Amino acid sequence: MLEKKLITARFDKINPLSIDDYVEHGGYEALSFALGMERVDIIEEVKKSQLRGRGGAAFPTHIKMMGVAKEEDEPRYVVCNADEGEPGNFKDRYLMENDPHQLIEGMIITAYAVRANKGFIYIRGEYDKPHSVLQWAIDEARKKGYLGKNILDSGFNFDIEIRSGAGSYVCGEEFALIESLEGKPGRTRVKPPFPTQEGLFQKPTMLSNVETFANLPHIVDMGGEKFAEIGTESSKGTKIISLSGNVKKPGIYEIPFGVPIRDVIEQLGEGTPADRKVKMVQLGGASGPIIPEYMTDLTIDFDRFENFDSKTGAGAVIVMDDRFDVFDILLRISEFFEHESCGKCTPCREGNLQLLKLVEKFVDRQSSEKDLANIESLARVMHQTSLCGLGQSAPTALLSTLQYFRNDFVDRIEHPESQ
Amino acid sequence: MLEDLLEKYPQQEDQLIEILLDYQSQKQHRYISEEEIARIAAHLGVSESKVYSVVTFYTFFSTEPRGQHIIQVCKDVPCYINGERTMRSVLEKLLGIRVGETTRDKRFTLEQTSCLGHCDGAPAMRIDDKTFTNLDENKIKAIISEYRGAK
Ligand SMILES: Cc1cc2nc3c(=O)[nH]c(=O)nc-3n(C[C@H](O)[C@H](O)[C@H](O)COP(=O)(O)O)c2cc1C
Ligand code: SF4
Ligand code: FES
Repeated sequence: MLEKKLITARFDKINPLSIDDYVEHGGYEALSFALGMERVDIIEEVKKSQLRGRGGAAFPTHIKMMGVAKEEDEPRYVVCNADEGEPGNFKDRYLMENDPHQLIEGMIITAYAVRANKGFIYIRGEYDKPHSVLQWAIDEARKKGYLGKNILDSGFNFDIEIRSGAGSYVCGEEFALIESLEGKPGRTRVKPPFPTQEGLFQKPTMLSNVETFANLPHIVDMGGEKFAEIGTESSKGTKIISLSGNVKKPGIYEIPFGVPIRDVIEQLGEGTPADRKVKMVQLGGASGPIIPEYMTDLTIDFDRFENFDSKTGAGAVIVMDDRFDVFDILLRISEFFEHESCGKCTPCREGNLQLLKLVEKFVDRQSSEKDLANIESLARVMHQTSLCGLGQSAPTALLSTLQYFRNDFVDRIEHPESQ
Repeated sequence: MLEDLLEKYPQQEDQLIEILLDYQSQKQHRYISEEEIARIAAHLGVSESKVYSVVTFYTFFSTEPRGQHIIQVCKDVPCYINGERTMRSVLEKLLGIRVGETTRDKRFTLEQTSCLGHCDGAPAMRIDDKTFTNLDENKIKAIISEYRGAK
């Protein structure tokens, strides 16, 4: 068994629209337990669990919680990042559609621990169904006394409001999201101060990914130490993988950290449709590295993703078989970033435009040695000088293919006429 | 109609995107005009240029009239490698327009979109607020004829 179902365990057992089903399957027990705990003790359990954020940056969750908890300024906010715009990712959609109360419960526990009374779920505008499922669940939770005033007679007040995105990938970046929640264009702010200090409406804000919050009830329920027994040295717990591309069984799979990428593709995804050879695999999404098949024995692990100097371990695995050409893939990726750049800083705004033009030259078989050198230097400048993660990670796919598929570039330059 | 809708929302700046989404979805040609931008700005007590900057930043919004239905074909890698190009040309042929255009009867606008978060059902497209997955030529034909039949 490669899979380990912790936060997806209820998926085929409950009707997501029924709060009674959720409660029958152990739902809101962790909340009622947590409300009897000291706030610092909850954060201590999260620390012991070694939970790291599931939205891509893998930042230790307890540090953020502590950051918000110790701020005196009021009100404090809890914000759930449900923007999920990174191409190849769809696990948050499943979490919201199939077990909405798990997310809500995780947000309430977090809010209690950091003394926040107001929460927002920022959900991408394309997610109509999860939006309505969540709204239904929030209304039910309020009726049953899990949200609103004096939750379960604890004296604690907390409520959640859903807000929609309107078609912008960069709004998944934490400060762009906060700007968008304030009703502005989604352009990031300069850090510091961090959201934990001056976030939404300049107030302390605990902003985390859907999957991160979904783990909270389980950490309270199992205890941090027990949770930390799952996974590897550097990465604790489970990860939901969004598997797509050329595989027989695309979909989401929850695994403990440490499973080899190849096993996910071959065993869970059942390999490529026509049993063709896997040529490339992109990890994390459009902003992640592209690796060749022989590297898929690498395990899924936060440190692994960091080795590529990319912060996008949200868990996408995109499989491409040998019918596809590196340049056609890079073209789509470059178009994506050129379109999604918010335009606030020059390295990203101009850099993505130039990168796109350079990739087009390779696609059109008009490339030269000089273009190759230009791609490399431009990509490094963008990586080092862009203001936010979008511009910093936009060249990752390109840089990784330059490393692992260098021959394809050289061939294209030297023999433009051949395949 | 705009005034009724504005009444429903608190007069707060942070409601702007919710208001724009709600209003545009009800408008026949799915756009926000300059005159409407001015009315929304006045209601919220913010400058017109602020509302305009939001309308132009987000891809959901348009300041130009579009079709009654907006068809968006996903163009990112998981969809691309699962036949997105074929799907796009099927749609172009069926509607007699190219990406970025609106049919002469103003029924449909064809656009491309970034990943819809349904890559496990690639290729995918969205029409207004509905997502369609695992597309093939027959499926697209059936969907479009349904939209043509309905008003
Ligand atoms: C361009 C860009 C897009 C991002 N999109 C998302 C997203 O859709 N969902 C998400 O949770 N985090 C996204 N992130 C990461 C967030 O900035 C932030 O690190 C994360 O939401 C924090 O939650 P976590 O600690 O639970 O991971 C994105 C970052 C960047 C730079
Ligand atoms: S890196 Fe790109 S997306 Fe980020 S602030 Fe700069 S221009 Fe905007
Ligand atoms: S790439 Fe098309 S839905 Fe994700």
